[in-house]
Amino acid sequence: MDETDQALCAAQAEKETELLSFIVGDQDYSVDIMSVREIRSASKATPLPRSPSYVLGVINLRGTVLPILDLSLRLGMDRSAELARNVIIVVAIGDKTLGLLVDAVSDILSVAADDLQPPPDMQADAENQFVSALTIFEDRMIRILDLDSVLPTMSEEAA
Amino acid sequence: MADPMAEIKASFFIECDELLEALQDGLQLIENGEQDSDTVNVIFRAVHSIKGGAGAFGLTQLVDFAHRFETVLDELRADRMQIDQSLLALFYQCGDVLSDLVRESRDGVAHDIASVQPVLTALDQLIPADEEDTDDAVDFQPMAVSLDLPDLDDMPLTTDGLPPLAGGPDDTAKTYLIRFVPQQALYTLGNEPVFLLSALSELGTVQVSCDDNAVPPLEDLDPEAGYLCWEIQIQTTKDEACLSEVFEFVEGICTLEITTLGTAQPTLCDSIGADLAISPPDPEVAPNLELALPSPAPSPSPVTQATAPAPANDTRREAPRATVRVELERVDRLVNLVGELVINQAMLSQSVDAAGLSANTSVHTGLEEFLQLTRDIQESVMLIRAQPVKSLFQRMSRIVREASRDIGKSVRLRTDGENTEVDKTVIERLADPLTHMIRNAVDHGLETDADRVAAGKPAEGTIELTAAHRSGRVVIEVRDDGNGINRPKVQSIAISKGLVPKDADLTDSEIDNLLFLPGFSTATEVSNLSGRGVGMDVVRSAIQALGGRISIASTPGMGTTFSISLPLTLAVLDGMVVRVADQTLLVPLNAILETQTLSANDIRAFGPETNVICIRDSFVAMLDLGAELGYRAPLQSYVGCVMLLVATEDGSKAAIIVDAIEDQRQVVIKGLQDSYGRIPGIAAATILGDGQIALILDPIDLIANSEWRTRPPSLEQHEVGACNG
Repeated sequence: MDETDQALCAAQAEKETELLSFIVGDQDYSVDIMSVREIRSASKATPLPRSPSYVLGVINLRGTVLPILDLSLRLGMDRSAELARNVIIVVAIGDKTLGLLVDAVSDILSVAADDLQPPPDMQADAENQFVSALTIFEDRMIRILDLDSVLPTMSEEAA
Repeated sequence: MADPMAEIKASFFIECDELLEALQDGLQLIENGEQDSDTVNVIFRAVHSIKGGAGAFGLTQLVDFAHRFETVLDELRADRMQIDQSLLALFYQCGDVLSDLVRESRDGVAHDIASVQPVLTALDQLIPADEEDTDDAVDFQPMAVSLDLPDLDDMPLTTDGLPPLAGGPDDTAKTYLIRFVPQQALYTLGNEPVFLLSALSELGTVQVSCDDNAVPPLEDLDPEAGYLCWEIQIQTTKDEACLSEVFEFVEGICTLEITTLGTAQPTLCDSIGADLAISPPDPEVAPNLELALPSPAPSPSPVTQATAPAPANDTRREAPRATVRVELERVDRLVNLVGELVINQAMLSQSVDAAGLSANTSVHTGLEEFLQLTRDIQESVMLIRAQPVKSLFQRMSRIVREASRDIGKSVRLRTDGENTEVDKTVIERLADPLTHMIRNAVDHGLETDADRVAAGKPAEGTIELTAAHRSGRVVIEVRDDGNGINRPKVQSIAISKGLVPKDADLTDSEIDNLLFLPGFSTATEVSNLSGRGVGMDVVRSAIQALGGRISIASTPGMGTTFSISLPLTLAVLDGMVVRVADQTLLVPLNAILETQTLSANDIRAFGPETNVICIRDSFVAMLDLGAELGYRAPLQSYVGCVMLLVATEDGSKAAIIVDAIEDQRQVVIKGLQDSYGRIPGIAAATILGDGQIALILDPIDLIANSEWRTRPPSLEQHEVGACNG
């Protein structure tokens, strides 16, 4: 039994994920680093008419049109304050590429798969639905963002 | 070895598509009574080429069908048969079957023989008895020639003098002497005599001798040149035509003499065998010869001058226009790069402007030229992607034939403007909506033959399919001469389906446009043709996705016309750069009729929240772009603003108000659909010279979705507005 346990632990230790952690409205969030394409400074976005408030608009990313979301607004917090200090994390979600405006990027963390906890199920908190897992790193609670749910839902815009 | 073969096969199928197109063209000419003596030949050659290529790949079904078709065509060519309507219809049908077979061979799908049977029977009846007898499969067994398909073009030209059916299999073996002198071009084009010789060896017993008399001493030898020629003595049951068929693909680039030595047994080897010693009568010869052969080469060889070119050379007629097949992906990459170039050029101009150089410096002149060049490059690149709509129209003529046969109406399709060129993507994505429209026209648009006669019209209905360039767009129209739209019926259906209120008072054009509503279908019962739940709304959204628009016009008793208007290209656009509420937007230039700076006198109050604009005594609805897109609230006063007058589909006009016009320029369209999604009123985005993204307006869509609010919604403002007016 001991042997199998150890083997299991070793296997899980190898299954470490690297997370890029960042700060949104004083809270620590992170995404799987494999989905991050680049990090760039915020620039003036061209607003899109008839779009949800959290869609800041589109910017020119070397010739392609990149939609930018204000992540704090998307997560139900106040609009990001100082734009100059903010950064945009460019992430790939499925076949789409999206820019997320965050307050600051903090660190790259290596987290073992079994250190990730599922978030508690709390109906009242709408923000909850954007978090796929939680973990603790140096006494900070890191929320792991569920990128798919961050995508603007197209049907609600079409209406 | 499997791979290069697959490649050759793929190029054969591409050729087939072109040949089928030529076939359709020819039939069309005959139908219109515009044929000349060559038309039948063109058709014949197309069918024959398909047969030849198919034989090389062992596509027996295709060979078999093409052969019968060809035999009948040969009768026609030899004036032993007169073409009439029923024969023409049969030929069309054959063309359809042939293209089905080609497609199925390409996809590796087994063909359903039964469906071809009626056509085959009809064909067989036309084949004269004697021909029919000789018509057995042996004659057209796939030859094991390793042929050179890029040369396929040459084939139809050279087979004219060669009756494809001439002589069936002959039981008595004959002996022929073949003298084969390759010209330089044969090697340059990558042909290999070894393969020809080994192909010959499969037809009978061969003795090959190589003539190396022309090979110069080593010091004079050009290693790139070919000096050898061959004499082949072959004893075979096949006839002379079969032998020359082996050389079909090198015809014109070699000298070939075939002499019959008689039916006797091989007693003649001595006469030739004296020349050279290589004579083992088996294919093993070939590799040896190959070794003896210096690598093929472009420089002229003495051998070519030794004998006069065979008469076959002279049959080569006007050279076909040189074309290159390029993968679409490469073209797209080029298109994208040129797009980047345009953006870069704009950025450069902007920074030169910012540097404050005086207008007549050499930098400015250079930049002007650069701009002109960029434009030229862009146009040329776009032309690469452009294709005539012909192939699309030909597909439609098949749809008409099949649909009219299924439903028992006699319908004639008239096409015009087939050479109008449109972006390839547009053509591809137009096929489905157009098919649907054509089916609709046959099914719903036209009356039955009896009804037509009763209405005093010719029994045969006409559908016209036209394409034309009209002010920077391509307009494709589908017009039928049927009974027009049954408006009371359309309205009652719309009411019964709850699409419009019961007591709605609709204009004719509003009723016509009900057809485009989702979930609308006039067919009372689902017919085989249309009404499969795919309505005109799907057609409309497909057209809109292409940046096009569709409109409908109908005259009771006279027919219905659907017009599709499409942008020429999906990649660039001439636009007017406008500014509204600190945002820069682009308005497609072709949408704008006129512009004008507004004065107080132009604006008249209309409703509590709306204004109209008075232009030369007519009133036009006024649309505040800033308010409509949510950039700002409607302004107190629009004096000093600029109005862009645009026309909508149904001919009505609207005035779009912006703060200022900044520039007019060509921009590269960057789709928003993929990265974000559709935004009503916005067609796409582009990147401006300063690197910022600007949105491109879709004025028609904007107007269709607008609220027309041009005044702050308070009574006080209302009165201010009224004073303005």
